[in-house]
Amino acid sequence: MNTASTSPGQPEGQQRSLRIEHLSKAYVPGKPVLNDISFSVEGQNSVAIIGPSGTGKSTLIRCVNKLIAPTSGQIYVSGENITRLRGRELRHARRKIGMVFQEFNLVERLSVMENVLSGRLGYVSALRAWRRAYPQSDIDRAFDLLESIGLIDFYRQRADSLSGGQRQRVGIARAIMQAPHILLADEPTSSLDPKTSVEIMEVLVKLSEQHNIPLLINIHDVELAKRFTTRIIGISRGLIVYDGRPDQLSNEHLKTIYGGEEWLS
Amino acid sequence: MSASSARRTWQRFSSGERLARFTVFLLMAAALAFSMRTVQVIPEFLLDSPTQVMDLLRRMWPPDYRYYPQGIHTALMETLHIASLGTLLAIVMALPVGVMGANNIVRIPALNWLSKLILVSSRSVNTLVWALLFVAIFGPGPLAGTICIGFRSVGFVGKLFAEALEETDPGSIEALTAAGAPWPSIFIKGFWPQVAPAFWGISLFRWDINVRESAVIGLVGAGGIGMVLDTALNLFYWDRVSIILVSIFTVVILAELLVTAIRKRIL
Repeated sequence: MNTASTSPGQPEGQQRSLRIEHLSKAYVPGKPVLNDISFSVEGQNSVAIIGPSGTGKSTLIRCVNKLIAPTSGQIYVSGENITRLRGRELRHARRKIGMVFQEFNLVERLSVMENVLSGRLGYVSALRAWRRAYPQSDIDRAFDLLESIGLIDFYRQRADSLSGGQRQRVGIARAIMQAPHILLADEPTSSLDPKTSVEIMEVLVKLSEQHNIPLLINIHDVELAKRFTTRIIGISRGLIVYDGRPDQLSNEHLKTIYGGEEWLS
Repeated sequence: MSASSARRTWQRFSSGERLARFTVFLLMAAALAFSMRTVQVIPEFLLDSPTQVMDLLRRMWPPDYRYYPQGIHTALMETLHIASLGTLLAIVMALPVGVMGANNIVRIPALNWLSKLILVSSRSVNTLVWALLFVAIFGPGPLAGTICIGFRSVGFVGKLFAEALEETDPGSIEALTAAGAPWPSIFIKGFWPQVAPAFWGISLFRWDINVRESAVIGLVGAGGIGMVLDTALNLFYWDRVSIILVSIFTVVILAELLVTAIRKRIL
C-alpha cells in the first residue's frame, strides 16, 4: 500500500503545508472579492471552507495555484513562497498543488488510466507523454491508486463511460498522482447525489490522510463539512468570519456566515 | 365598455408590414423582367435545344470503352494522387494555422487575425484560379495541381480545425494546467484527444471534395483526368468524353462510399 514515503518530492522531516497570508483579490479595483484572508493547513488536517455562493470560495481556491492571479498577499506551499513565480517555476510549484474539480474535468475521450497518469504531466516531458512512455514507477502508482479507489477493473475504459461518482474518484486519483503538498477540492460533491457525495468525501479524506496531504475543501453542504473535516473556515463577503472546530460551529455562526435565519430549522 | 364585448380582430401582418411585403414582391418581379431582357435569350436556340441534346447524346453513345486502358487509367490515377497529396499538404499547413486561429489557445488577437487572413485568402480564390496561378509558376502538370489543391484546402481544413479547438471543454484544460503540465503536453493530452475525431473527419471530407476538384483543374493544365477531358472536348471525340465522365463519376462515388465508411468508424 502507498504511504507518504513512496511519494517523491517530499523533504525529509518537514510537514507538508499551505500557508496563506493577507490574501486579497479584486476583479474590479476597490471591490475586493477576498479581503485579507490568512490561514494555514498542514499535516493530515482537512479544512472545509463554507460560505454563501458568490463569496469568493472558488476564487480563493484558484488563487492558491494561481489559476487566478491574487491582487496581494503571499502563498506558501511547504514553506516555499509561490506568489511571484512565473513560467517554468510556476509550473513546478503547481505540481505540488493537487486539485479536484466540481465538474471532474477529466479528458473524456481518454481512458481512465491515461486520465490518472495525466497527473504526472508536470513531471514527464511532452515527448514522453506523447509516446505514452510514462516511467514504470508512475504506472505502478497509478495501478495502486486505482485499486484503492475501487476502479481497477475500469482502467481501460474511456472516462466518458463512467458514472459521476466514478469520474470524481478518477479526478481524485489524478490529483494524488501529482504527489502534492496540498490537495484542493472545489465543490467536489456538488454534481453528485447525497449517497455518492458521502462516498467521495470518504475517499478524499482517506487518501489525503494515507498520503499525508493536507486537504482544503470548498463545500456548501455544511453537514458534510462538519462530518468529514477537522476544521471549518466560514467566509462571508470576502472575510473570514469563523475559524474553528466543526463541533463548535453553532447556528449563531451559520447566521453570521449565510445571513438570515429563516432557513435554519 | 368591457374588453370582452369588443370585436377583436387578428391579422398576421400589420398594414405597414403588408405594404413592405408587397413592395418587395414588386421589386423582385421587376428584377426578373429586367434580367430576362439582359440575358438576351434567343428563342430559336431555346426551342432547338432538345434536338441538340439528343444529337450530343447520340454522339456520346456508345462510350469508347477501349480508350480507358490506353488514355484514361493513368490520368485517373494521377488525379487521385493529386487529390491525396494535395490534402496531405493542406493538413500539414492547416495544423499550425488552425492552432494560431483558435483564440482559446493563442491569446494574441493579432495572430488570430493573421490566421484568419491566411484562411480567408485560401478560400476566397477559386480552385481554378489557384490552378492557373500555379500552372504559370510550375508549368503544366500534376505538381501545379497538387500545390493548387493544397492551397485551396488549407482555408477549409484550417477554419474548421480552429473552430473545433475553440469548442473544446475548458475544464479538462484547466485541470492539466493546474497539474503543472507544460504547454505541449496540455495540447497533446488535453486539446488533441478532444478534436482528433473532428480533425480526421474534416480531412477525409476535404479529400472527398478534392477528388472532385482535381478532376476539373486539368482543364487549365494542372494535370490529371481534366487534361484528357479537355483534349477529347477540343477534338470532338464525344464517345471518349462520355467514358471519361463515367470514369470520374465512378471514382467520385467510390470515394464518397469510402469516406462514409471510415468516418463511421472513427467518430
